Formats: sequence, C-alpha cells, structure tokens
Amino acid sequence: MSSFDIVTSSFRIHRRRGHAVAEAVRAGAFAGAAAIAFALVGAYLIMDRRFVVEDIITLAQTVVLLFVLGGGHAAARSAARDGATAATAIGFGALAGLVAGLLFAAAILLVAHVGLRSHLVAASPMLVRAVTFLGAPGSAVAAAVLVTAGTAAGSVGAAAAMLRADRRTAVLIGLAALLGAGLFRDVFAGLLHNLPGLAALEPMVFGVGGVTPVAAAVIAVGAAGLSLVLHHRRRPPIAASTRRRIEGVLLVVLLVLVPLVTDAFVAQVAMLVGLYVLMAMGLNIELGLAGLVDLGFVAFFAVGAYTMALACSSDPRAAVHLSFWLALPLATTIAAVAGLLFGLPVLRVRGDYLAMATLGLGEIVRVLVVSDAMKPYLGGSQGIIEIARPSLGGWTLDTPLQFYFLALILAALVGLVSWRLQHSRIGRAWLAIREDEDVAQALGIDLVAAKLLAYTVGAAFAGMAGAVFAALIGSVYPHSFQLAISINVLAILVIGGLGSLPGVVVGSLVLIGLPELLREFGEFRYLFYGIALVVTMHLKTEGLWPAVARQEATDA
Amino acid sequence: MSKVLEVSDLTVAYGAIRAVRNVSFRVEPGELVTIVGANGAGKTTVLNALCGLRDIRGGRIRLGTTDITHLPPQDRVALGLSQVPEGRRLFPRMTVAENLEIGAYTRREAAAVAADLEWVLELFPRLRERGRQLAGTLSGGEQQMVAMGRAVMARPDVLVLDEPTMGLAPQIVDLVLDALRAINANGVTVLLVEQNAYRALEIADRAFVLESGEIVMTGTGAELLDHPDIRNAYLGYDA
Ligand SMILES: Nc1ncnc2c1ncn2[C@@H]1O[C@H](COP(=O)(O)OP(=O)(O)O)[C@@H](O)[C@H]1O
Ligand SMILES: [Mg+2]
Repeated sequence: MSSFDIVTSSFRIHRRRGHAVAEAVRAGAFAGAAAIAFALVGAYLIMDRRFVVEDIITLAQTVVLLFVLGGGHAAARSAARDGATAATAIGFGALAGLVAGLLFAAAILLVAHVGLRSHLVAASPMLVRAVTFLGAPGSAVAAAVLVTAGTAAGSVGAAAAMLRADRRTAVLIGLAALLGAGLFRDVFAGLLHNLPGLAALEPMVFGVGGVTPVAAAVIAVGAAGLSLVLHHRRRPPIAASTRRRIEGVLLVVLLVLVPLVTDAFVAQVAMLVGLYVLMAMGLNIELGLAGLVDLGFVAFFAVGAYTMALACSSDPRAAVHLSFWLALPLATTIAAVAGLLFGLPVLRVRGDYLAMATLGLGEIVRVLVVSDAMKPYLGGSQGIIEIARPSLGGWTLDTPLQFYFLALILAALVGLVSWRLQHSRIGRAWLAIREDEDVAQALGIDLVAAKLLAYTVGAAFAGMAGAVFAALIGSVYPHSFQLAISINVLAILVIGGLGSLPGVVVGSLVLIGLPELLREFGEFRYLFYGIALVVTMHLKTEGLWPAVARQEATDA
Repeated sequence: MSKVLEVSDLTVAYGAIRAVRNVSFRVEPGELVTIVGANGAGKTTVLNALCGLRDIRGGRIRLGTTDITHLPPQDRVALGLSQVPEGRRLFPRMTVAENLEIGAYTRREAAAVAADLEWVLELFPRLRERGRQLAGTLSGGEQQMVAMGRAVMARPDVLVLDEPTMGLAPQIVDLVLDALRAINANGVTVLLVEQNAYRALEIADRAFVLESGEIVMTGTGAELLDHPDIRNAYLGYDA
C-alpha cells in the first residue's frame, strides 16, 4: 500500500458483520458510549444552552438523539440484511435503543450518586439536572425516562430504516435541513436580515437560540417534500454532466452572494475559507493529480507570507518596499523556486519517503523562522508587523469582505490554471503517475520532471495564499505556520474529492467554514468536524464532489 | 523503420542474487522472437532491464545504432522501445481513451497519433465503443487489448510483451496473438515473453529458452516445438 492509498483510505471504516442480535447490542452500546462520552467531556452542557428548535429541543439533546437514532437505524439495517421482517427489524432497533438508554441512564446515576467530579469536571450535578426530564435528579423515575426515550428513539431510527429509499432520503434531508438551520442560526438570520424584503421574516423564523417551532416544521417538511418531488420529477433524468454544471453555477453564486449579504463575521470566515481554497488547489495538483503525499505544505505558505512581509512592511528588516501587486507575484515565484530547490533532491527518491521528507521540511521552516540565527532577518517569534495593505489607485483593501473577494478572484485564476493543467498533456502524465508510477515511467513519462513540476506549482499556489494571508493579517508570526495547516489542507482534499476542483471548494467550506461558524462551542466544534469526516468517508468514499472520471465509474 | 535489438552479457541482480546471468541475444528487425521459461526464470527481469526499469549489474543493450544501456526509460521509449507490462497494469481509474492516449505521451505529431489510434481500434474493434469506460471495469481480455494498444500508441520499432496471454480464455488468447502477428506484420519487431510456451512458439520466428537466469537453448519456433526437452519441460505433455 502506498502512502497515497493510506492517506486516502485512512478515514474509512471496515468491519466484519456479526449476528443480528449481536449487531443490535453492539450498535446500541456504541450509541450509548458515544452519548456518555459526549456528556462526560462537557460537550453536553455547552450545547445544551443552544436550542435547535426554540424551547423544544436543544442542540445537546439533538446530538444524543442522533446517536441513538443512528444506533437503531444501524441495528435494523443489519437485521434486514439478514432477512428479518420489518417488525422484527424495528424490534432490533428498539433493542439497540434500550441498550443505549440503559448505558446512558446508568452513567448518569453513577454521576449522581458516586462522586466522579474529582476525575471528570463535567460529571457534575448540573449535568444530572440537564438530563432529568421527569422526577427528581438522579431518581429512578428520571433514569426510566432516559431508558424509555432511548428505546423509542431506537425504534424510530429503525422504522426510518424500513422506509423506501426515496422516503428515507427525504426524512434524512428534512432533519439535516432543520439541524443546519438551527446550528447555523446566526448565518441564516443574518442572511434574512440583510436580504431586501425578507427582513420581516427573520423574527418569524428564528428565535434567540434556534428555529421557531412553526418554522422548524415548515423547514423540515419543506426540505423533505422538496427532496421527494425532485426525486420523482427527474424523468427523463437530468444528464449527470448537466447536473454537475448546474451545481457548479449554484456553488459560484453562493460563494459570491452569501458573504455579501451576511455580517462581518461571516465575511471573515469566508476569507479564511478563500485562503484554504487557494492552498488546497495547490495541494490538489500535488496530491490530487500527481499523487504526491506532501505533509509540509505549510512551508511554502510560510515562504509566501514572509516574502510578502519583507517586501511590503515598514519594518526596518524589510528588504524592499513594493506594492502588494508586485509583491504577490514575487512571493508566488519565490515559493515556487523554494519548491523546486527542495523538490529536486527529494523527488528523486521513489515511494513513500516523500511524506517523511516533506513533514520534516514543514518543521524545519518553522524552526528556522523562530531561530535566533534568523532573527535579524525574520524577526524571530515577534515576527514582522506593519505589512502594508493592498491598495488600488488610492483605494485600500481593508475589510475581510474585500480580502475575501481578492482571495476569490485569485482562487478563480488559480482554478483556471489548475483546470488547464489538469486537461493538458502534463495533467494526463500526473494522473498516470498517481495511478501507477512504474508503468507511467515505462510509457516514457519523466517521473522526476513531472513530479517536480507538480510540486513547484503546488508550492507556488501555497505561496500565493501565504502572501494574501500576510497582507490580510498585516503581520506574520512563526506560530501561524503549524503542521495543522498542512493536515487541514490534506483533509480538505480527501473530504472534497481528490483531483476535483469543486471538491476543493466544498471541502474548504465544510472543514474550515463550518467549524469557524461554530466557534461558540469552543473545542467541541471539532466533534462536528470529526463526525463530518467519518460520515463523509463512510457514505461518499470518493469525497463530497468526486472528480469526473471516477464518478462515471458509478454511472457506468 | 524497424530496429535491431541486441543484448550482450546482460546480468541483473537483486541484492546478492543474480536473477539474470550473462544473457546475450539479438532480435533482427521485423522478427517475432519469443523468450520462454518457467515461472521465476528471469523473463520479467530481462524485459525490465531492457526498458530501463531495473538497474543492471553488467552487459550492454543496443537499439538500432544507439547504445541504450544507460539511458533513462523515457528516452528508450522515445527511441522506439515500448513495453506491455506483466499483468497488463492499466490505469484503472482512467478511461480507455485516456489509457491509449497516454501511450503516445512521448509523441508530438497529433495527426500521426490520431492515425495510430484508428489503427489500434481496427486491431481491437471491441475497444471502439469503450472509449469512455474506466479501464478498471473492463474484462481481462479487453484490458490486455488496451495494454497492447497503449504500447502500440508509442509507435515502437521494438515492442516487448510480458506474458500477454496470462489468465485469458483460449479464444481471447487467439485474438491477442492474432493482433500481435498483425502488429508484427506491420513492421514492428516483437519480443514476446511467455510461460505459455506452446502458443508462443507457434507464432515465433525464433525462440530462446531461459532457465534460472540463463539462456539454455535457441532455435526457430518450429524447432523448439519439436524438441523433446521442451515438450517435456514446457509444453506439459509428450507425444
Ligand atoms: N523485486 C525483486 N526482488 C528480489 N528478487 C526478485 C525480485 N523480482 C524478481 N526476483 C527474483 O528474480 C527471479 C526472476 O524473477 P522474474 O524475472 O520475475 O521471473 P519470471 O518473470 O520469469 O517469472 C526470481 O527468482 C524472483 O524470485
Ligand atoms: Mg514474470
């Protein structure tokens, strides 16, 4: 297995299936364990403050409910696969729900009556109160309510599994729409507020913390209905290519319009997404097309950022004083040259050493930048400040929204370049190398040259993103260039779909945009990140927006 | 347009083990020559050394008038040596058309490439409707056709093939070998490596027998077919 395969399959889960009863108990135990972990790490209490549906159900309750619904669903599906009737399958779902409920209730009783507080801060009386819906906190009645609710939720999840595929999808979409509206209340409320003529709707749809009950019903039923209508109206079906084109146009419209009509915070998040799109397009050339596993991508982001700093800052360390528009191509070029110089020795080595070498490079660059030796030139840990903002004929870009559009325009340019490269002779060669390096070589492809080109182009795009980043923030510090950035970009590609340009955008939105919008949940927002990752790789193994050729494989 | 392929004293080693020892042979322009040998005899090693995919311990390789011993693989392809690898090795997630196109990677003349593509599709009419299908979804026989077509797209002077009939049904084997003969008749020198000795010897002008990394016998295809040692060791029957 090459490191490319390992990277692209590492988020997937494979497991052997057992007997239906065992599967139901296992699914229930898994759901229960997830719910307990969710509660005991403190996520429950934080998310309990936020309503999904105003005054009806909180986010925390929704999450636990989803765990158990999922458990019941899984149990029923595995029973049905073994040939069980619908009623039996629902029974298995109820069993899974029962197991989950029992586990959860037991954990809560433990928290209520045995002091776990010294070990787990979140195992507090507050938690016990939060999950008490009837009776006294910690009482048998309260526990029985949890067990009953679990059993009911498991049965409901199982019943959903017994629906016809189109209806099951509709239910799923209805729920997802509701959850999305509740979770991203601020974004949508801001949207409604700023859209001319729709401002009056805002208080009707959104309460203080979530969706109003009436709006919730409308959203869920509406989304489910729409899904059913679209599913059945597609006769004759829309050609896959047409559909992709429509989706592409929608994506672009979304990218251009949404940040315009929402608030400054969303624009800031959008800006960050834009930067990641730029970077991910770079890594897409390396990993998505040529199959080069580059774990030190952040190095070139740093090179671009520091070049911008040294070219545009009023700091005495600055080498020259250029305008942003000259510094941008300069930073891109220097990052490309850095890529070329580093790639030259490293890319000659075949196989999996690249991942290790690049991982090292990322760290070397960061350590170099903080080092005392480079301090006179790069400012050490104090970094370089006062980087001039880009200006065009007296008009200076300074709001996040303006930077977002700058990033968007650059991303469009870079996307165009990527697209042309991908569909050129060299693009074919990259794909061939990714698929089978030895054969590519036997067919006359110069491996070192082709890889070096991919690596250099990727570095250039990363450098460009770094330069924009430096100009946006107005300063550069070594701590901005962590390994996590390389990993994020990698995950964006895997989630979006390797080798797919729209996938890059969707991946950035999902992995960078959504967690930023969920900042109110602190570190726990990564819970959604993790769930999104696992669920995506499970349901859509080729990514959210797979590259064309691969999608045809499923059509054919 | 055909070129001679000459190998002298070729030695290839994996660590301390010399898998190919002092092998010398010559394939004349336009010939169809086969190397037969049991599993592990060193056939694949010889071919990979010819194509520059394996470092060699000693010996020389000449293609036409050029000494290619130390050239990188891509230069050998450009000089007219192209390979159909063992086990077909298509790019499974690329389409049939893309697989064929990439075979012509070293060539720049679009019109000639298009003409060769047409020729490949005449050789293998089955591939005509399958241009947009992913190569990984083809049957074994179709995959072999694409692998051969891909190699032919490089417009080789010398085409080397590593066990192209492996794992194929008898009627598909016929199809593949017929196509190979047609390619050869079109002026391409062919070096065919086969474990399936009977079918290879039938169509070969000349043949070498490789055993434990050494050539132990040479002759015309017909001579070796009739040779009692060969009949016993490689054809699996005596008559
Ligand atoms: N990559 C390798 N590393 C070590 N030994 C190898 C390798 N490839 C082949 N060999 C050995 O070299 C010998 C010749 O192998 P090969 O050329 O594949 O034979 P054939 O193609 O005739 O079946 C065998 O003994 C095999 O075990
Ligand atoms: Mg072999």
